[in-house]
Amino acid sequence: MKNALGSVDSVLLLGGRSEIGLAIVERLVRDGARHIVLAARGGTTADAGDEPQVAGSARPAEAADGPQVAESAHAMDAAVVRLKKLGAEVFVIGFDATRPETHGQVIDSAVDLVGDLDVVIPAFGVLGDQATYDADPVSAAESITVNFGGHVSAGLFAARRLREQGHGTLVVLSSVAGVRVRRANFVYGAAKAGLDGFAQGLGDALHGSGVRVMVVRPGFVIGRMTKGMTPAPMSTTPAAVADAVVQGLRDGTETLWVPGKLRLLFTVMRALPRPLWRRLPR
Amino acid sequence: MTFLTGWGRTAPTPAKLVPARTPEELAALVAKAPPRGLIARGLGRSYGDAAQNAGGMVVDVTAMRDRWSLDPATGVVTASAGMSLHDLMRALVPRGWFVPVTPGTRHITVGGAIAADVHGKNHHIDSSFGAHLRSLTLVTAGGNVHVLTPEDELFWATVGGMGLTGLIAEASFACVPIETSRMRVDVERTRDLDHTLEVMTATDDRYRYTVAWIDLLARGPRMGRSVLTRGDHARRDELPAGTDPLAFAPAARLAAPPWAPNGLLNRLSVRAFNEAWYAKSRERRVVQDLAPFFHPLDFVDGWNRVYGSRGFVQYQFVVPFGEEPALRRIVSRLSAEGVVSFLTVLKRFGPGTPGMLSFPLPGWTLALDIPSGQAGLAGLLREFDEWVAEAGGRVYLAKDSRMRAELLPAMYPRLAEWRKIRDSADPAGVFRSDLARRLSL
Repeated sequence: MKNALGSVDSVLLLGGRSEIGLAIVERLVRDGARHIVLAARGGTTADAGDEPQVAGSARPAEAADGPQVAESAHAMDAAVVRLKKLGAEVFVIGFDATRPETHGQVIDSAVDLVGDLDVVIPAFGVLGDQATYDADPVSAAESITVNFGGHVSAGLFAARRLREQGHGTLVVLSSVAGVRVRRANFVYGAAKAGLDGFAQGLGDALHGSGVRVMVVRPGFVIGRMTKGMTPAPMSTTPAAVADAVVQGLRDGTETLWVPGKLRLLFTVMRALPRPLWRRLPR
Repeated sequence: MTFLTGWGRTAPTPAKLVPARTPEELAALVAKAPPRGLIARGLGRSYGDAAQNAGGMVVDVTAMRDRWSLDPATGVVTASAGMSLHDLMRALVPRGWFVPVTPGTRHITVGGAIAADVHGKNHHIDSSFGAHLRSLTLVTAGGNVHVLTPEDELFWATVGGMGLTGLIAEASFACVPIETSRMRVDVERTRDLDHTLEVMTATDDRYRYTVAWIDLLARGPRMGRSVLTRGDHARRDELPAGTDPLAFAPAARLAAPPWAPNGLLNRLSVRAFNEAWYAKSRERRVVQDLAPFFHPLDFVDGWNRVYGSRGFVQYQFVVPFGEEPALRRIVSRLSAEGVVSFLTVLKRFGPGTPGMLSFPLPGWTLALDIPSGQAGLAGLLREFDEWVAEAGGRVYLAKDSRMRAELLPAMYPRLAEWRKIRDSADPAGVFRSDLARRLSL
């Protein structure tokens, strides 16, 4: 239960290796959360045990996923150790964003492990780049399946559970990329635009149920996902996003811009005429 | 669905609020309890989430207030669980009887008084509500109705059990004979915390009712300066001739404004109030009515709204005698941090009851009212939780709205025993509340 001072006890992170997701979870644990479920591709359905699970044995998919996934898997293992050191009970379960038919089961498993879910954070996603999507439209459709479709099924299953329990917050990681879609990354931006709209609609549908949806709109996040890219102006970091999310949970914020000044910037950006907008360098 | 909060107006959750008028209706509701369970709710004076049940059912028992009886030979009263102490006082005081224990408000129900095992200014002499209880009628899981007495272990799991053993339908308890409806009150000021503890230790037993109001914003050599209020029921010969000795007509209530800005109670306004209150509380003896002595805040209806929309947190703990350093440490930390607590009350507890989750134990209890928007409050109170637990003390569940589960077994050493009895009375967990979920009770 969220307490009188806005601290929570249980958190489900879908996309358990997400840098932003883990940063949020770590802050919530520092603030008192004690029951954590990390749902990640290749995770097992058992308790994470005393030692972090060794990559490879529990996650057969990793080798095929390449070095970036191996790196994030390592980050999750390290996070599990840190979270436990901070006093939390941590469970790792399997989750595949591309298989919506399994998402209900994932939510149920999390509830079996920790009871009521105070915060659910679907943090999975792929960035990709527009040139690759142009060259391989199938990969573009697959990215939409993760960045939008997966969030819709996971979000709706989570919302059903939260509605039953009469409390809880769904944290949806949208992006300024979806506030107004740019030509430089319009496949990613379109997915985020869809997700943003979905999250707002879901939040309105849940109004009065005791459940909240918080839409988070970070700017360019300097982190593992954007490694090698030049940061855009008003960029942010996973740590800054996480700080803002934790404060937003405390305050019951519905729409969160990180950094906050992006709200004003995008009021202007949304009003820019198309001929001007399409000339933006990136 | 209705959104409910405790008296502190924090963390609202929705539940199906269902009224019950008779023990039979209680039993029927329990028999078809929803998956998220149910919990009883009286007048909503628990500060936190004790009478909330997110996504489940909350049974409003305040309509169960039509049945009561008094045995004039023994002073034993039998009353429906939804009767308030206010109702009871209006019935009993003119007949020469007073409730055995009243907390700082009389707008609580008999059921709530048992579930929280409430205490009052007479704890050092008379212990808590449960000590005066002769029997109680409890509707347990499955809708069975039990009449319990102090010989039953379920009785002592229910006294202080925060409503988690079942729905209380009715109770019998012994009242106190009074000659008048007035109090003879001595007011005295103390210089600092040590002086406060010293005077209370030396003189508490001369009075049936005692309490100290602490000026938490006073610093340095004046830290912990207090106003002591101590009293007894006045005798008939202490009243001026011609007055009706047992008249009981609490003044008509003022209503707090429906809305107040957050931060109205800030360091400045509370310091000004504290200065004025301390200054006006010169040593004196007065005779006053029951209501202003026991329930000064009841005069303002909905005073909890004055804290603004963010609400407030009440923090009450007790540390055993001999652990005064822990009390001193907390008071000096509060004073150093400049924590704004509008009403800070210190009281010496006497022996507790056998209630397994009952709060009072022999020692010092301090209660604070803190606006919930104060920066750093969560961390500060968590630190206090640890100091209190280390000192062998505990935090009061009826006031709590923010503690974590992990220190509970240390604070309530009989928690495991309570759980065993609760589990056998309610194996499926029909009786659930937000507090129970938050603290894994």
